[in-house]
Amino acid sequence: MSIKFTNDHEWVKADGDVYVIGISEHAAEQLGDVVFVELPEVGKTYSKGDEMAVVESVKAASDVYAPISGEIVEVNSAIVDEPAKVNEDPAGAAWFVKLKASNPSELDALMDEAAYKDFAANA
Amino acid sequence: MPSEATLKKTPLNDLHRALGAKMVEFAGYDMPVQFPMGVLKEHLHTREKAGLFDVSHMGQAVIVGPDHLTAARALETLAPGEFQKLGVSRQRLSVLLNDDGGIIDDLMVSRPDTDGRLNIVVNGACKEADYAYLNERLPDGVKLERFDNRGLLALQGPMASEVLSKHCPAAAELKFMSFAELQIGDIRAVVTRGGYTGEDGFEISTWAEDTEKLARLLLDDPNVEPIGLGARDSLRLEAGMCLYGHDLTPEISPVEGNLSFIIGKRRREEGGFAGADRILKELAEGPKRLRVGILPEGRAPAREGAEIQSVDGKVIGKVTSGGFGPTVGGPVAMGYVETAYAETGTPLQLIVRGKPLAAVVADMPFTPNRYYRG
Repeated sequence: MSIKFTNDHEWVKADGDVYVIGISEHAAEQLGDVVFVELPEVGKTYSKGDEMAVVESVKAASDVYAPISGEIVEVNSAIVDEPAKVNEDPAGAAWFVKLKASNPSELDALMDEAAYKDFAANA
Repeated sequence: MPSEATLKKTPLNDLHRALGAKMVEFAGYDMPVQFPMGVLKEHLHTREKAGLFDVSHMGQAVIVGPDHLTAARALETLAPGEFQKLGVSRQRLSVLLNDDGGIIDDLMVSRPDTDGRLNIVVNGACKEADYAYLNERLPDGVKLERFDNRGLLALQGPMASEVLSKHCPAAAELKFMSFAELQIGDIRAVVTRGGYTGEDGFEISTWAEDTEKLARLLLDDPNVEPIGLGARDSLRLEAGMCLYGHDLTPEISPVEGNLSFIIGKRRREEGGFAGADRILKELAEGPKRLRVGILPEGRAPAREGAEIQSVDGKVIGKVTSGGFGPTVGGPVAMGYVETAYAETGTPLQLIVRGKPLAAVVADMPFTPNRYYRG
């Protein structure tokens, strides 16, 4: 599958049978310099839309929501150690979590890249 | 919130936009929150070299009496400073008080001459209320004049003196918390040594029509970068300084605000200022709560509003300013705690997103002040 986006500026991409989740370049740019990231524990389950992680810039804190329901199978501790990576490569190396989806059809409701670009430009 | 069209503009509005600033509403003004460099780098640049801040939204005014003693006595009824003995060309931090001893605003008071003038600089968000209060309370023969046609710049950082003295050699000679009318290039300005970052630096008042010219002159220096409100806030927080409306409010007294140093010895003996009953009692007996510095352990910042608890879970106060300190390299905060918990080293816990976070009462400033002591 290709990359999909939420209204809350998360992205999700398939990697084998799990889904990699991060925040969009637009979100990273809007946040400014990221100084703190809190990630969930492996094994926790979330429903679509649950607060799953926290990302903070110098001034503001933002929640990161689960774009689809499922169980966390891996987290990217590199961004906890070096939060600035989120600004450098939000769509790549600075992914947040990998999740085993309980209902992959939830992905159908998310935006594709073109729709998201349009959405973010008007956000 | 006022729409962009109704927001007031400082004399640097066009320049901010030309420099690519991200603009926000602040104190009724359209102000730069950050420039393309970003808050973190702006903060660090100010601590390493020099940053230029637009603080033209702040209120500049003068209290005018027939002579110094009359003007000083008039201000002393509303602020607890020792203004009668304020020297010519000297500046002091003070607060405007309500009748309950709460702080209406913090302000800088300076004395330009031997005549009856006292210049004041007040917060932008408070200035209309401050002016109304002063107009209502100042006695006959002492009046307030607004300087609405002036801009105000702050040049802050270890290289500020070197930068400014290229255009104005006399600036380097200024002592901390003193000021002079100086020429910067061909621009007339009133230059005060001090600021709101904990660094050496200057605040420069100019005529509105000269402010952009001065800003461009200073920004031409390769060591100077424009700095927005975001970094201004993280710099002042690391320096342990209060933000009015957050760390100081009409309910909080200067004693609780840990600002007792601004109350002169004679004022403590004589009283005679708004709210003196409460303030003198707090000075004698100690306040119920006190503003303290707080260092959260770990890396999660605690923001304004976070509940402060003792280690055994008793609610003892609230965080009033908090965030990430780029120079400290970790979270810093300040807030009010019951006095029994105010001693440096006292362990606390902060409730962040519902979870207790270990923290400790810490000395402020969080980064060493580097004022020029002359």
